[in-house]
Amino acid sequence: MSSRTLPLLFINLGGEMLYILDQRLRAQNIPADKAKKVMNDIISTMFNKKFLDELFKPQELYSKKALRTVFDRLAHASIMRLNQASMDKLYDLMTMAFKYQVLLCPRPKDILLVSFNHMDAIKEFVKDIPCILTQVDETYQQLIQIYTNLSSGEFQLIRQTLLIFFQDMHIRVSIFLKDKVQNSNGRFVLPTSGPVPYGTQVPGLIRMFSCTGKEVSRLQFSNGGNYNAAIREGSFEIFGDRVTKLGTNMYSVSRPVETLMSGTSTNSAQHAKVNMAPNPLAKEELNLLARLMGGLEVQKPGNADNGFRVNLFATDEEEEEAFISRPDELSYGVIKIQATQDQQASAELAKIMGEFSESGDQSPIVSSKGDDLLAMMDGL
Amino acid sequence: MYHKEKSIQIKNSASALYNNLGVLRIAPRSLTYFTVVHANVVNMVSASWDGLNYSHRQLQSKEPNVATSTSLIMQAAFCALPSRDLLVVTSQKGIQIYESDGSTMVYWHALDTPDTPTDQAVFARGISAVGKSYICVGDSSGSILVFDVPSKGSNITLSDVLKGHKKSITDIASECSGSQDCIADLISADDGGNLCVWKSGEEFQRFNNIPGFDISCTSVKLWKGTAVAGYGTGQIRLYEAVTGILHAEVNAHARWIYSLDIAPFSGLLLSAAEDSLVRVWHLSIKPESLSVEVAHLHNECVTDTQICGAKFCDGDGHAFAVTGYDLSEIIRYTQS
Repeated sequence: MSSRTLPLLFINLGGEMLYILDQRLRAQNIPADKAKKVMNDIISTMFNKKFLDELFKPQELYSKKALRTVFDRLAHASIMRLNQASMDKLYDLMTMAFKYQVLLCPRPKDILLVSFNHMDAIKEFVKDIPCILTQVDETYQQLIQIYTNLSSGEFQLIRQTLLIFFQDMHIRVSIFLKDKVQNSNGRFVLPTSGPVPYGTQVPGLIRMFSCTGKEVSRLQFSNGGNYNAAIREGSFEIFGDRVTKLGTNMYSVSRPVETLMSGTSTNSAQHAKVNMAPNPLAKEELNLLARLMGGLEVQKPGNADNGFRVNLFATDEEEEEAFISRPDELSYGVIKIQATQDQQASAELAKIMGEFSESGDQSPIVSSKGDDLLAMMDGL
Repeated sequence: MYHKEKSIQIKNSASALYNNLGVLRIAPRSLTYFTVVHANVVNMVSASWDGLNYSHRQLQSKEPNVATSTSLIMQAAFCALPSRDLLVVTSQKGIQIYESDGSTMVYWHALDTPDTPTDQAVFARGISAVGKSYICVGDSSGSILVFDVPSKGSNITLSDVLKGHKKSITDIASECSGSQDCIADLISADDGGNLCVWKSGEEFQRFNNIPGFDISCTSVKLWKGTAVAGYGTGQIRLYEAVTGILHAEVNAHARWIYSLDIAPFSGLLLSAAEDSLVRVWHLSIKPESLSVEVAHLHNECVTDTQICGAKFCDGDGHAFAVTGYDLSEIIRYTQS
């Protein structure tokens, strides 16, 4: 559907990831300089120019699996390491948070304000690093340039595209359950009260006109809710009050990151079926993914002593338990890109792997056919 | 005045798309067909009126000669022509026409899609049968493709391309009252909220253009010469179609309207929106002034559901069906 969806999906999911990592780095008492390095490295990777140039090209959305692979790489762009259970949990939290924001944003256009809330927070994270700040500001300009002139219909198409991406994901998140914005079945609560969106009138009035355009009668009706008039519109400028709280940081020391990990019981059979549906990754998508990730420069951890592991769970035992007990239908089946002995390896992918792999091994370079790309993807 | 009945389970949940519920009553067999779009699949259910038998079918958007990944479906709608009923499915790649039970594809029309994606999305959306033999389908460039359908067989031809919109088509509807004395019998709506009023025939004529207000008109109906339009502002507007005179404006919903439907015999109007509410209205034509009046009759709240499809199940409006984003069921309501 909308070919303008991927940048917003990436920036908002990335923003949620940074909120969570920031909170976990504090909670685990990681030394300030190391924590700072992790945040800076990830942000600078996220806003790498070459990567964003690929990201902003008009294109269809990737599959869940492909996008998860991108975020796996991004989370490991620094000296911090996450094991699979923690990475799964991180990704669940990110996706459910953004699903909530997309579903609840009052008007489709407000997705841009949600994105600006994430961007504002990211700027705050790197406010004292001028070179990264410049990268983030350039992305701001790009967002404003591309999105502020889109019509309401085009934003609705973006929103509908995102909702298809998040469809059938009902993971329960404790912070949402506590705030009573999510039900125990994983569905989000949709209020029928509060301010209506900017540009919308409170429901309840019928006006009728004569042929000459004169208002001849007004009737009131019961709207079945408890709505108020709209509040002011948020700012679509680089600086300003976004008005909406959607997309701001909801975690703090007193509100830690937690998830209840379970699919909804009613839908679990369906989940499994959806995940096993054909078209795991079309050849075309693999090529796009490879091109996109080519721009995602990943730092190699220099010194082994410097690296550390972050846990998204309270204890290591809990993490282990989550890994073992995770329902199959929630498995993302991340694509592992591994060097193979295959001499037919694609030039492009080999180059990318060179950038990604921690050992820095370069695979031999031969042709660049899609079939070779497929051959090199393990664990599809 | 309406009460909830047993819902119909569907195989996959509904996607958030305008007018995402198709209903076709097959009276001779005491059956109703329902369709709901889920990403690249159309879920079909045939439900017997006694509520005892449900049979399911899934249509994939597998286009011939398209090697790349499957495309997303934008809409599925039944088209009832005097000679035959058909199911039309529109996607990012083209338009598929099936027999109404989904058993066989009788026609396929490919959209002109660029090799590399561009800023402008490409898709078809907005489906309506009109006249004796025409099916009209809108597309993202604002064109309306007119297909001439024979009473039997698959010899469907593209007979006309109507230009009148500059924005993507959102919905198309034909006069539903069955009245022959209406001058115009087709209406189309676009993403800028503009409406075009047409007269079908061997050569389609554009009768009128009702300008919008830069907010999408997501669903439109034509009843006894009155254009009923639902918008992203949650408003419903009623215009005299051929003159464009505004008869009524209703602040109907708190969020985007996704679906309107009319029960042509009783003049009942159904509106459904992202605000989780379905409302039933009554339309009547005042004989002295020939203007249309609206009265509110009923609200139903489908808790925590952004509604994407709502349709009456019969011409009198005795029952209606509703579905919403992420919901794997069709909820039915019947008059008490």
